[in-house]
Amino acid sequence: MLQIKCPWCGLRDETEYKYGGQAHVAHPEDPAVLTDEEWAEYLFFRDNPKGPFAERWVHGGGCRRWFNVVRDTRTYEVLAVYTNNEPRPEISLALGSVAAAGGTP
Amino acid sequence: MSNPFPGEHPEWLWRDPDPKSSYDAVIIGGGGHGLATAYYLAKNHGMTNIAIVEKGWLAGGNMARNTTIIRSNYLWDESAAIYEHALKLWEELPEELDYDFLFSQRGVLNLAHSLGDVRDSVRRVEANRLNGVDAEWLTPEEVQKVCPIVNISEDVRYPVLGATFQPRAGIAKHDHVAWAFARACDAMGVDIIQNCEVTGFIKDGNRVVGVETTRGRINAGAVGMVAAGHSSVLADLAGFRLPVQSHPLQALVSELYEPVHPTVVMSNYVHVYVSQAHKGELVMGAGVDQYNGYGQRGSFHVIEHQMAAALELFPIFGRAHLLRTWAGIVDVCPDASPIMGPTPVENLYVNAGWGTGGFKATPAAGWAMAHTMATGEAHELNKPFGLERFTTGHLIDEHGAAGVAH
Ligand SMILES: Cc1cc2nc3c(=O)[nH]c(=O)nc-3n(C[C@H](O)[C@H](O)[C@H](O)COP(=O)(O)OP(=O)(O)OC[C@H]3O[C@@H](n4cnc5c(N)ncnc54)[C@H](O)[C@@H]3O)c2cc1C
Ligand SMILES: [Zn+2]
Repeated sequence: MLQIKCPWCGLRDETEYKYGGQAHVAHPEDPAVLTDEEWAEYLFFRDNPKGPFAERWVHGGGCRRWFNVVRDTRTYEVLAVYTNNEPRPEISLALGSVAAAGGTP
Repeated sequence: MSNPFPGEHPEWLWRDPDPKSSYDAVIIGGGGHGLATAYYLAKNHGMTNIAIVEKGWLAGGNMARNTTIIRSNYLWDESAAIYEHALKLWEELPEELDYDFLFSQRGVLNLAHSLGDVRDSVRRVEANRLNGVDAEWLTPEEVQKVCPIVNISEDVRYPVLGATFQPRAGIAKHDHVAWAFARACDAMGVDIIQNCEVTGFIKDGNRVVGVETTRGRINAGAVGMVAAGHSSVLADLAGFRLPVQSHPLQALVSELYEPVHPTVVMSNYVHVYVSQAHKGELVMGAGVDQYNGYGQRGSFHVIEHQMAAALELFPIFGRAHLLRTWAGIVDVCPDASPIMGPTPVENLYVNAGWGTGGFKATPAAGWAMAHTMATGEAHELNKPFGLERFTTGHLIDEHGAAGVAH
């Protein structure tokens, strides 16, 4: 089971969290002007990398707040945890290691 | 029919060739779907100058890891058509491939535990019948006649209120299916190239003309991506996106027991499905792990959850011992239906998104994919399953029938 460090509550078991998929997918600024292709992209297409992935988690069994995690989808290692107000930390793809502050492995 | 002695280690059933510099068609992925695609390209379309390239060993991906449930009782017409085509092919294949891969039509029960479940299930039975798929609605007492060890007591958290039953559904020996297809492909001249990973696509403008591999460049007239959990990785290399997410999907087996379980039982509601393999192991699976992952392993609490559900349905399993758990990587689509057809890149075709339930479709997926690669156009069976449905909005929502997992 994964263990993830909630920015507010600290290290907890995966069973306290729910997964939210890819992070940083913004709602369209002006939905009315989107083409069908753009709607399809927004609704159905998400990144699915083999390697570091910025994703959303919610601490449903705790503080009930959403936050972001960078996790390596090959090893499941949590590389960074950061709040929605913080920028995505730089993660080196090759090394899968944290190159900037903003979270703990 | 010759007996390949199922269960014993087979003789080598296919050659181990080096890649040639060029083929009329190259199939990426030597799982069940890749093998079936090659088989029908050769058999139905006379294309024998073709190769399957597999990064690991033959059928070592989901084909080696699935729980082998075969059924065709899906809700929508498009799904019923392709899954029922598959079931009809399964019924002929042991003879046609001259290989007894233990296809056992022992029936599949899909249990209902709530009023919503009951209504959905009865509706699905009626839809199945209209599509010529054998389906029945059973009362709890009838369920127990089919599978005496199911607990139909009303005094449990989620009592069994009934079930759908498809008598022609069942299980097969997955590894033997792969070996049967591999032998037949090889005999028709198909090169099965293992330990050969596709690392890039060679393009002429927007047309694919070959693949880069860890064993050199291979030119190809047509290329088919049949890579299951790794479909997004390949699409990335080819320069387009797929609406799939790769998740770990786990399963487990118990130690060997005497035959106690005569059919296959699935329950979406308490989240487990169970059959008993020919040798005697209880085979169980459930839903995917929630996070994206390529690690071929998942979290143990998911296994605990499915064992708890199994115990509720089958109190007799109380002293059974867990022997082994494992995981595959499944490519899950937003509407729980597959993606098959042309891609934004010319001469490049995709078969992906089967997620948790593609084993049952193996022969039909191969049949339709072969047609698509040979003619450049989708077959009637896979026309509704093209990538464009995510733009047109014509989704084929099989979350109900796809159920727990497949
Ligand atoms: C635990 C589990 C239980 C399941 N239970 C059922 C079930 O009961 N019933 C059912 O119908 N379905 C079930 N499924 C789903 C089913 O296994 C899959 O949908 C199906 O096997 C996918 O098709 P495939 O056999 O071709 O995939 P795979 O066997 O995964 O084949 C894909 C192949 O592509 C290869 N590949 C990937 N990338 C590359 C590359 N770059 N170069 C070369 N080769 C590459 C991989 O190594 C792999 O061998 C289950 C799956 C799992 C994991
Ligand atoms: Zn918290």
